[in-house]
Amino acid sequence: MKKTVLFGALTVAGLAAAGAQAATLDDVQARGKLNCGVTTGVPGFGEPDANGVWQGFDVAVCRAVAAAVLGDPMAVEFVPTTGKTRFTALAAGEIDMLARNTTWTFSRDVDLKFEFVGVNYYDGQGFMVPKALGVNSAKELDGATVCIQTGTTTELNLADFFRSNNISYEPVPIETGSEAVQLFTAGSCDVYTTDASALAAQRANFANPGDYVVLPEIVSKEPLGPLVRHGDNEWGDIVRWTLNALITAEELGVTSDNIDELASAPGSNPEVNRLLGTEGTLGEMLGLSADFAKNAISAGGNYGEIFANNIGESTNIGLARGLNAQWTEGGLIYSPPFR
Amino acid sequence: MSTTTDPDTRPDGFRLGMLINDTRYRSYTFQFIALVLLILGLGYLISNLLDNLARAGLNISWAFLGEPAGYDINQRPIEYTSQSTHARASMVGAINTLIVAFLACISATVIGVVAGVLRLSNNWIVSKLMSVYVEAFRNVPVLIWILIIFLAMSNALPQPRTFRGDDATSSMLFDAIAVTNRGVYIPSFVNGAGSLIFWIVVIASIVGVFWYRKYAKKVLYATGRMLPTFLPSLGILIVPGLLAYFILGRPVTLEYPELSGFNFKGGIHLRLSLIALWFALAIYTGAFIAENVRAGIQAVSKGQTEAAGALGLRPGRIMNLVILPQALRVIIPPLISQYLNITKNSSLAIAVGYMDITGTLGGITLNQTGRAIEAILLLMLFYLVVSLSISAIMNVYNNRMKLQER
Repeated sequence: MKKTVLFGALTVAGLAAAGAQAATLDDVQARGKLNCGVTTGVPGFGEPDANGVWQGFDVAVCRAVAAAVLGDPMAVEFVPTTGKTRFTALAAGEIDMLARNTTWTFSRDVDLKFEFVGVNYYDGQGFMVPKALGVNSAKELDGATVCIQTGTTTELNLADFFRSNNISYEPVPIETGSEAVQLFTAGSCDVYTTDASALAAQRANFANPGDYVVLPEIVSKEPLGPLVRHGDNEWGDIVRWTLNALITAEELGVTSDNIDELASAPGSNPEVNRLLGTEGTLGEMLGLSADFAKNAISAGGNYGEIFANNIGESTNIGLARGLNAQWTEGGLIYSPPFR
Repeated sequence: MSTTTDPDTRPDGFRLGMLINDTRYRSYTFQFIALVLLILGLGYLISNLLDNLARAGLNISWAFLGEPAGYDINQRPIEYTSQSTHARASMVGAINTLIVAFLACISATVIGVVAGVLRLSNNWIVSKLMSVYVEAFRNVPVLIWILIIFLAMSNALPQPRTFRGDDATSSMLFDAIAVTNRGVYIPSFVNGAGSLIFWIVVIASIVGVFWYRKYAKKVLYATGRMLPTFLPSLGILIVPGLLAYFILGRPVTLEYPELSGFNFKGGIHLRLSLIALWFALAIYTGAFIAENVRAGIQAVSKGQTEAAGALGLRPGRIMNLVILPQALRVIIPPLISQYLNITKNSSLAIAVGYMDITGTLGGITLNQTGRAIEAILLLMLFYLVVSLSISAIMNVYNNRMKLQER
């Protein structure tokens, strides 16, 4: 214990990267709050609303986990992180999980020692340009000035894309997405590149969204998902199966409207029963209450509802489901079975 | 009560108790104990750190420096591509840090000396203006200044595309300099055949000017005869260079920036990030240096000014020949601190996306490799070496300028 305290002092001194490996679940329950790392502000994905309450697609995952573990979707302490600080914050134990459009890559999983618990959004890197430039393809961008958020995989994809197409560019690295947008709208750069979902989200907030176009090229695979530290598999399981519960709920037709009715008594579908804890002991196996999945789904609805309410076509972000439709509808969203 | 033993009766005797009781040894004892405790404490912390890192599976390794970096850097003083190593990227960053630190140190000194002298001006408006400058810039954090200048320039200056076409709304200064919201494009030199000789002549004539001024001074001290300096200096500086330029058949030409594609091409591109960082550091630190200069000048007794005036010296000469040389002794030591501050504050570069060493090694490399401890250690080492070098050089200068006691 003493060692942990001293080590804590060292992490504060900015020297260390590894935190206590003890049971995160116990820590969270003792604290009564989930520390969740989010973005510094991407509309639709994670941003405080007018009342200062965090809302968004990634934020909903934090709320679902808090509901599953603590029974209260509002028991979340949101920690805004930049592209540069997010991994240190997670590794040092400052946050219990990271839900911040983070790409699942080999080196982050293996070398940085994180555990990606799944994918909640299949994305790809795109380019946005002002319509006035008259550019129709990213391959016409020879010599362009490109604004890019530093410390992200997009930086490496960008270098690869321009190198493989043998064209030149001038990178303008910027610390946060909002600063990059500011430079882009001021015309300090010709192109703004990041994940296509974030491009759509940020364009929705422009004064004249119609003056800008997103180019058709998607130059990378960006599976985005929540992640936790290596070394606490029980905690990783909790976050993984909370996410899976949201996805399974959509597949099985469990919505925030009918969940109370379905959970009140065992119904005809055994998988729904197992998911909602009216049958079997799945919650107990995770070290949580039997109705953990019910709480998680009640927090913000199932995966489809979360998508539709935060970034779907009826919102001003206006993203289509595309790759993020359920596997039964031709998408990639797929959860292992609850049994 | 009987008397105790007198220490003087056993002059060579040394008992263990004397380590505590004898004032001659007591301080050593305590210092030794403190040292041992300090070493043990540090050792405990470090072994704890290594232990915990090993348990988390994070071992110190420098292998990442040899791997390809994979990212591009916009300002490349040395050759660099995204396939170069992380070590190379760090080196590019280090040179970029030195470039902006050097530029800012020079400009801050000029701004600071001018503002410091003018602040003592008898002209009320000038001295009050300088007070406003010093107080405004000294009391707002430098990061805010960097951002203000960067955002103001990126929003207020014209985009490159406004220079295009017949209905262009912007035009280049003297057809040579383009000021855009992506930076300033200035002409660059293109060296042709025989350019080496031309540059040697130019450098030789600069040396020649110094040599001539030294000679003029020697003549003045030896004979009291004052040689003209201004016109001969100008002649030595310009004539040989001009002659060489035309005799060698114009070996050096200028390359002008030209709008092509999305941006200007050719010439030298001073990026907005460099200008904003350089300018912000220079005016911010200049305000501190102005105060140092004022303090230094006021430290020189007023009698010196009056004595010099009584000898018939003009005010400009009093300042240059009598006051400033003496004030320098007071100014230089705090000036060293300001130079160190500039170097360290240049690490705020990432706020405007200037790729200094904190941006490359401590930013992208750290992020992509996850080698936080190694990268931070290298960063600390770099800033330490640079700061100590600046201190060393400035201390040599300080020793030359300080009062010579004979």
